[in-house]
Amino acid sequence: MGSFLSQLSQSWGNIGSALVITVEGTIGGAILALVLAFVLGLMALSRFVVVRGVARTIIEFFRGTSLYVQLFWLYFALPVLGFKISSALLCAIIAFGLNFGAYGAEVVRGAINAVPRAQWEGAIALNMSPFQRMRLVILPQAWVAMIPPFNNLLIQLLKSTPLMSLVTIADLTFEAQQLRSATGQTAWSYLFLLVVYFILAYILTLLMNALESVAKARLGRGTGLRGIFRMRPADPTGKSLGAGLAGAGTEIEPVEAANLTSKTMGAGGPGGGGV
Amino acid sequence: MATEPKIPDLSEVDTPPNLPTGTPMVQFDKVVKRFGDNVVLDHLDFSVEQGERVTLIGPSGSGKTTILRLLMTLERINDGVIYVEGQPLSHMDRGGKLVPANERYLSTVRKKIGMVFQQFNLFPNMKVLENVIEAPVHVLGVPKDEAVERAKKLLDLVGLADRVGQHPTSLSGGQQQRVAIARALAMQPDVLLLDEVTSALDPELVADVLNVLRDIARTTTITMLIVTHEMHFARDVSNRILMFDKGRIVEEGAPDKIFSEPENDRTQTFLRAVLEER
Ligand SMILES: Nc1ncnc2c1ncn2[C@@H]1O[C@H](COP(=O)(O)OP(=O)(O)OP(=O)(O)O)[C@@H](O)[C@H]1O
Ligand SMILES: [Mg+2]
Repeated sequence: MGSFLSQLSQSWGNIGSALVITVEGTIGGAILALVLAFVLGLMALSRFVVVRGVARTIIEFFRGTSLYVQLFWLYFALPVLGFKISSALLCAIIAFGLNFGAYGAEVVRGAINAVPRAQWEGAIALNMSPFQRMRLVILPQAWVAMIPPFNNLLIQLLKSTPLMSLVTIADLTFEAQQLRSATGQTAWSYLFLLVVYFILAYILTLLMNALESVAKARLGRGTGLRGIFRMRPADPTGKSLGAGLAGAGTEIEPVEAANLTSKTMGAGGPGGGGV
Repeated sequence: MATEPKIPDLSEVDTPPNLPTGTPMVQFDKVVKRFGDNVVLDHLDFSVEQGERVTLIGPSGSGKTTILRLLMTLERINDGVIYVEGQPLSHMDRGGKLVPANERYLSTVRKKIGMVFQQFNLFPNMKVLENVIEAPVHVLGVPKDEAVERAKKLLDLVGLADRVGQHPTSLSGGQQQRVAIARALAMQPDVLLLDEVTSALDPELVADVLNVLRDIARTTTITMLIVTHEMHFARDVSNRILMFDKGRIVEEGAPDKIFSEPENDRTQTFLRAVLEER
């Protein structure tokens, strides 16, 4: 224990830069995954069968093959074929982006599909173009339902970053292993690692919960920032998305509405006129 | 709430509706609409003149909503042609042949039509004012301040001038429906489609919505196709009633005639049933 602590304080600088690497891998991978999720998710909803087919193939391929193998392929196999990606970290970010982007695409597609048909019809009746319907009406509503599953994926991504240590990247896991071999304190080294990953995951969850609260408030169903400390998504199914006005045939007085939770608001009737 | 709105100019003259003038505003020409094997409209023909207010009545499932949804391009036609001001809605002219319309063409015809839905279909991601200005700004390219000014007039017209900054979810159903009416009018359509716009409302909220619609009918020349079970309202605003049964017009005429001395058996039965419901 004593030797562990003294070694820990000695290698504090290394652990700091390892933390930065882990965060870089997570955030970089998440940004790429987010972009790919929207591109592939929207492609998967295209009217054109070829576009849909391309998206589905990419999604299924990257969901169906292991992240571990994808990373090794980018890092070890591509250079053999003559393409060398400049840094190991970039390889990791691309692997995370492709793998989690494929899962994220399903989140995007599902959330868009969950927006009531009546909302599309309202947008068509105002003569919006397909692009305007998506940008002005559908995505702002679907976005709220995407945040909780995105949060889950983000945590998964963070928990996948130890793979980076297998392609020579000095991330947190790598440093914990260094610590372990320097001190022989296996239990303490890995306990330390557990705690650090947990703290990182919790920070990400807080940020995502705050994002969700803000997004919900935009839809007039905010519960304020009260719910941000929970770990589990409040609404994993995104069901309350139907809370829009689409199905709300009932009268809601202003005062009452302010007290309603998003759950009760979700109990709408069937969608638009005569559908 | 008392609705005694001031009427802004809605880009139309403030005289009572014009009487028929040449080209029909809306024309159904042998329109066929099927859902699977269910033939909902079977070679339906009818037309509506510019400025006319036509109410469609008939039993549940007789195809009234389908007619409005076809006009709003929410459904695709199976056969026949729908014309709006002489321009085919569902088809476009390509080298002298009518071919199914593409999205860009559809939008040129669709801009003449506006619709108010039974369930309002307001956008919950926008406040009341945004609901009314977004489409004029993005679709019609109206400058924002102009759109805001116009939206405020329209919201005043529907008695909701003080609600511009609220979320639609914080309004009553009747208020939401009046926002939806303002939103549809903000696009300056030539034809307004109203599909049972008070059916989802509690009884005490119906009158405000109907009064707003009466005012619009009285002060504009907008063409209206109305589906409603509110027979007093239909009688007040309509020039003509079309009685549908199983996708066909079984009787049509002026409201006085249809409501006082219907000739067709099915019209009589239907009206008796509707009146008993009250
Ligand atoms: N999307 C759909 N898919 C399948 N069938 C449909 C669809 N929409 C309407 N129908 C059928 O078309 C017929 C006409 O329906 P429509 O909604 O136009 O009737 P309606 O006159 O508006 O009735 P109501 O007074 O009940 O609103 C019905 O038999 C209905 O079941
Ligand atoms: Mg109907």
